[in-house]
Amino acid sequence: MDRNELKKVQSERLSETVERVYFNVPYYRSKMQEAGLGPESIHSTDDLHKLPFTTKQDLRDNYPFSLFAVPMSEIVRVHASSGTTGKPTVVGYTRRDIATWSEVMARTLTCAGADRNDFIHVAYGYGLFTGGLGLHYGGEKIGASVIPVSGGNTMRQLQLLVDFGSTVLACTPSYALFIAEAIEEAKIKRDQLKLRVGVFGAEPWTENMRREIEQKLNIKAIDIYGLSEVIGPGVASECMMQEGLHISEDHFYPEIIDPVTLEVLPEGKTGELVFTTITKEGLPLIRYRTRDLTRLHYERCRCGRTMVRMEKCLGRSDDMLIIRGVNLFPSQVESVLLEMSEIKPHYLLIVDRINNLDTLELQVEIDESYFQDKISQLQSLRQKIQTNLESALGLGIKVTLVEPKTIERSEGKAKRVIDNRKY
Amino acid sequence: MIVHQLSVFLENKSGRLTEVLETLGSESIRVTALSVADTTEFGILRMIVSDPARAKELLKNRQFTVNITDVISIMAPNEAKYYAMVLRILSDQDISIEYTYAFSVGEKSVIILRCSDTEAAIKALKDHEMELIKASDLYKL
Repeated sequence: MDRNELKKVQSERLSETVERVYFNVPYYRSKMQEAGLGPESIHSTDDLHKLPFTTKQDLRDNYPFSLFAVPMSEIVRVHASSGTTGKPTVVGYTRRDIATWSEVMARTLTCAGADRNDFIHVAYGYGLFTGGLGLHYGGEKIGASVIPVSGGNTMRQLQLLVDFGSTVLACTPSYALFIAEAIEEAKIKRDQLKLRVGVFGAEPWTENMRREIEQKLNIKAIDIYGLSEVIGPGVASECMMQEGLHISEDHFYPEIIDPVTLEVLPEGKTGELVFTTITKEGLPLIRYRTRDLTRLHYERCRCGRTMVRMEKCLGRSDDMLIIRGVNLFPSQVESVLLEMSEIKPHYLLIVDRINNLDTLELQVEIDESYFQDKISQLQSLRQKIQTNLESALGLGIKVTLVEPKTIERSEGKAKRVIDNRKY
Repeated sequence: MIVHQLSVFLENKSGRLTEVLETLGSESIRVTALSVADTTEFGILRMIVSDPARAKELLKNRQFTVNITDVISIMAPNEAKYYAMVLRILSDQDISIEYTYAFSVGEKSVIILRCSDTEAAIKALKDHEMELIKASDLYKL
């Protein structure tokens, strides 16, 4: 589509969305009124900078459903992902939103060269996370044969890959490497597999990792990007040129801002990615700060598509970690520890990648006054911490008790995380 | 009758045990008995020393996590059947033993016991004419 035409469509959709949130979402109405704005203030995407930002904290403050712009009877799906502390971030979809999601996921798969003749092995988690179901609906939309494997049970994954002859693999990049190694160990030969392409996302991964995956699995490895708040996977996808991810900007309008000054940056500058959903009905979001850092390219891609491209994400402007595709904020760990009197909340999170799987270790200091002479007491303390954390984070974690005062103190913000992963 | 045993939390880091002993060594504190209860992640060092109060202070100053645990010590001839007898007396009275260790002093042995009910254990052992060692005597060893 011609970019001028596109801008008209985007502006129309933006006006509709602003009207929708102004009249249906009390939170947005009061924020706009505070800024002296009404729906009539927004005519085009040029006016977008006038509107306030939305953050993860705002979603948390409005937990669970207060940011929804429709009555719950119109919501046909709810998903959730990790929030900054105890509460998850909740998102909701109307029937039309599900159709929109399927559409942008279909684009994602088509970008990766998939069509109705493909068998898509979906190893993203099915459940509250948007990964599994996102890929699933996209696959069905393009008419491919979708295999909803979900995560885990690697031996079975391999068996299905061989027996069903899947041609497309959908999972996190680190799981792809994990599968590649399992295939080698199981001595499965190249000609036993029919994989041709993979769509990988939910965590950051480098060009090096891409090369490794492509070489080990003999496939093309395509980067896909999304976040539940905006819709889930399907926000952007690389095409076969692998020179940036095309954003479905007719549905999700992107801006790049300076994370400190909050100014919108000129084309081509690196900054924080901000999205405004312009077609979502259930949970429309205005200028949602993703905290992902990247750069946008507006020139036409070699594949012929004119949708703006974002570069592979270069990092985050907050302290969120992604472990095995799951979001984790150190503050979540802190709030679990603060509730336990047997330990001091001096802790260190050590993230590593062993055999291509992310590992998470928590070192926490014991409280001197708690120490008695029993092994069983310390063991059960360790177990209790582990259980509390695992249920709060949704992630397996190894807990190590350490002596008091061994974790570095600092005057400013304590260094809570050591991330040893090199990817 | 109650002996003050030192318990020290040991992280599974190389050199921790050495540091503990060097700390005690700096003031010539004698170690009568020592054992380490270990798991894969950490250990608890248990010691009978010549001056438990002073030892605790020294270790705390060096940032160790220390506690004093009450244990009982018995003197018996250096033969398995006597050790067995001691344990039998306690189990007959339903007193459970959390842990125990022993060492020889000449032809005798010293048995250290940590029981679920220290007072009841002392009574039971005395009733059976077991020779309980006074703390002060043990520290002199």
